[in-house]
Amino acid sequence: MLNKSSAGFKFGFQILAIVAALIFTTVVMLLAKAPPLEAYKLIFTGSVGSIGKISDVIVAWIPLLLATSGLLLTFAAGLWNIGIEGQITLGAIFTTWALRLLQDTSMSPTLIILIGFLAGILGGMIWASLTGLLKIYGGVNEIFGGLGLNFVATALTIWLIFGPWKRPGVGSMSGTVPFDNLLWLPQVEGLRMSWWSLGIGLIGIAIVYLILQGTYFGLRLKAVGKNGRAAFVIGIPTGKYMMSAFFICGAFAGLAGATQVLAVYHRLIPAISSGYGFLGLMVAMLINYQALWAAPVALFFAALNIGSIQLPIVLKLDSTLSGVLQGALVLFVLMMDGVRRRLTAKKVK
Amino acid sequence: MNVELVHIHKSFGAVHANNDISISIKSGVIQGILGENGAGKSTLMKVLSGFIQADSGDILLDGKAVHIGTPSDAIKHGIGMLHQDPLDFPPMKIVDNMLIGHDGGLFPNRREVSKSLKELQAQFGFNLDPEAYVDGLTVGERQQLEILRLLWLGAQILILDEPTTGISASQKAKLFETLKKLAEQGMVIIFVSHKLEDVEGLCHKIAVFRQGSLVGEAAPPYNTDNLVEMMFGKVISLDEKTRLENCEPAVEVTNLSIEDNRIQIRNANLTVNCGEVIGLAGMEGSGQRQFLRTLAGLMRPVGGDLRLGGKRLTGKPYHSFQDAGISYVPASRMEEGLIPGLSITEHFILSEGQSGFFIDREKAVTISRERINTFNIKGEPVTRVEALSGGNQQRALLAMLRTPLRLLLLEHPTRGLDIESSIWIWSQLKDRCRQKTCIVFISADLEEVLHYSDRILVFYNGKVSQPLDAAATTVDQLGQLIGGKGF
Repeated sequence: MLNKSSAGFKFGFQILAIVAALIFTTVVMLLAKAPPLEAYKLIFTGSVGSIGKISDVIVAWIPLLLATSGLLLTFAAGLWNIGIEGQITLGAIFTTWALRLLQDTSMSPTLIILIGFLAGILGGMIWASLTGLLKIYGGVNEIFGGLGLNFVATALTIWLIFGPWKRPGVGSMSGTVPFDNLLWLPQVEGLRMSWWSLGIGLIGIAIVYLILQGTYFGLRLKAVGKNGRAAFVIGIPTGKYMMSAFFICGAFAGLAGATQVLAVYHRLIPAISSGYGFLGLMVAMLINYQALWAAPVALFFAALNIGSIQLPIVLKLDSTLSGVLQGALVLFVLMMDGVRRRLTAKKVK
Repeated sequence: MNVELVHIHKSFGAVHANNDISISIKSGVIQGILGENGAGKSTLMKVLSGFIQADSGDILLDGKAVHIGTPSDAIKHGIGMLHQDPLDFPPMKIVDNMLIGHDGGLFPNRREVSKSLKELQAQFGFNLDPEAYVDGLTVGERQQLEILRLLWLGAQILILDEPTTGISASQKAKLFETLKKLAEQGMVIIFVSHKLEDVEGLCHKIAVFRQGSLVGEAAPPYNTDNLVEMMFGKVISLDEKTRLENCEPAVEVTNLSIEDNRIQIRNANLTVNCGEVIGLAGMEGSGQRQFLRTLAGLMRPVGGDLRLGGKRLTGKPYHSFQDAGISYVPASRMEEGLIPGLSITEHFILSEGQSGFFIDREKAVTISRERINTFNIKGEPVTRVEALSGGNQQRALLAMLRTPLRLLLLEHPTRGLDIESSIWIWSQLKDRCRQKTCIVFISADLEEVLHYSDRILVFYNGKVSQPLDAAATTVDQLGQLIGGKGF
């Protein structure tokens, strides 16, 4: 019999969870009368089948990684920052705003791009701070506050696209007028990815890892998250630390939004956050809030997203199938973890 | 209905909360259950009312053994319990509160309920409006509502757990009158309390609990000294105590008034000399916790003044209290003291204060090893605090305290610990006193209070006694004061 508290036992359960998620997704496909093997193959070739596909995966990976990085800090402080979607959106809006203001001036494009990034960070921070203020001073749970602000952010985007920032003539769901090529973050020749944004993503997660592993700030954040009352009695100003978590997460989210504008869409579109905030929540849960695993798991999720793009064309399946698989993974991993805990707890008694 | 509890045993982990309890109560009797906190009174009542299950033993109603698995089983057998905190639904109307827990089909008949409520009220002279909302009621009125609800559901046995806490004197008189009337009608009333005067004034019979056992029963006329001795055990002989040489006043509390939703403390006064130990005695919920938390800066007083070494701290935030050299060690170690999921070393890092931005892990582990040795903690630097035993958690909490301290506040510093750990912890605390730290502590253990304090404050229902000289006080005197006699 396996030792129930061993690492192997834990690992076995995680494998079991992944298998269960695959079975579940397969059953869903069979119910939808779709060929599962072909679908998995398409997702695979659609994500790593060519250099172009891989570059597309990386393009999706960066905002997801940035969102996950920020969320690791709010989760550490015991906060459910559902409002991250709105924070990404506001980052994108602020970046677009800065670019629109500066694009016709004589300022150098590099400086404008830099200002664009800073504006995005600012936008995300402002939006996150609203959730934080509501939570800490208004007693509004951050889940409700964040959710409400997400709706406001979406409405704001639509209003801007169809109102003040509409294309000449009529506004369109395809977004605002694209920016000049000079204001694009430099891309790799012939591909959609950019070394610059890749660098930002990797540096971002590295910073978060360092904060959580090696700093007083990170340790205190964890103390607040794990037991706020004791943390306060020990002498940590819990409100301040929660607020900082919101600020930093907002900065990361804003950065993700800025990347979407500067490196991917080059304009403001209605669904500018692309759901990377919610996906980031799933990644954070799946990796059990361990920063070390954020990059590989986010990469895997990004690959699923990009890989499933071909599904509608080839198999007449909706591309949300990747979402089914991602959601099933998170659910089964959490569930198996619960099962494992129950089993080990019984053994202790 | 006659109730018999036969050989009831109930353990929570290592604690034997009910050890072979047998008690029989006849119809029409008001039975008092007396004992200090943790004596096992509430456990037995929860067994009888179906909230928890006994490990072994029987419950007999009118001589027949019954199985009571849930509170709704209990009410079907006619057993209703009135909890210390009313189990009602404040945002709902009184009539809806009556209906909850009643099997009345899909559509409740509110009008009928209102009618029977009025009839019941008329019997006892209560005056509750069925359409009123519960959150507008006083604690006494909520109690009345709960009594009415249980009677309406057909209760023949009424259990009341500490019912006189938080209600006014006139409401208490009315409650007692009601209970007497119900007993005359043949009901069994079980009255759980630690208040001597209440039990003595109301009950036909008293059973006294101590440390999980039924230690004796008494019938009127009651001898208070006897009851006190049964509650707290024999008079203990004290070892020689080393008196510390006191110096100038370090803590001055003048006319301190404290209020929360449970208790009001008016005009408490206390001056603590440095190196002095003050014990706060009293039944749980008598105000000593609020007093201690106010000294810690965790609660704001509504009036009065608080000074430490001449510096006024009243109204300052908690961190100013900490900066002034005050530390607080809470009783609920895992809720307010330690952070589950973090290691011993991480706790020391947190309590130590920041130096630089990055943590020097190596240095932290070295410090952690030193303290684990000094404080004799059975654990490793990487051990998570939730994996430590209670005694070792308490040692870890003490090891987290800063040096020097001016005022150390402790809540139940040795609760749940074995004797060896308790003695060791007090030797550490006495060391602090020699470094001129004042100590104010709460304990439910009278021996501990008498043995380690220089002076004692007794709390009763928000009232604070004059400081008593511990050397000139006996367990009996203290027990009487705790029970509310002599205020």
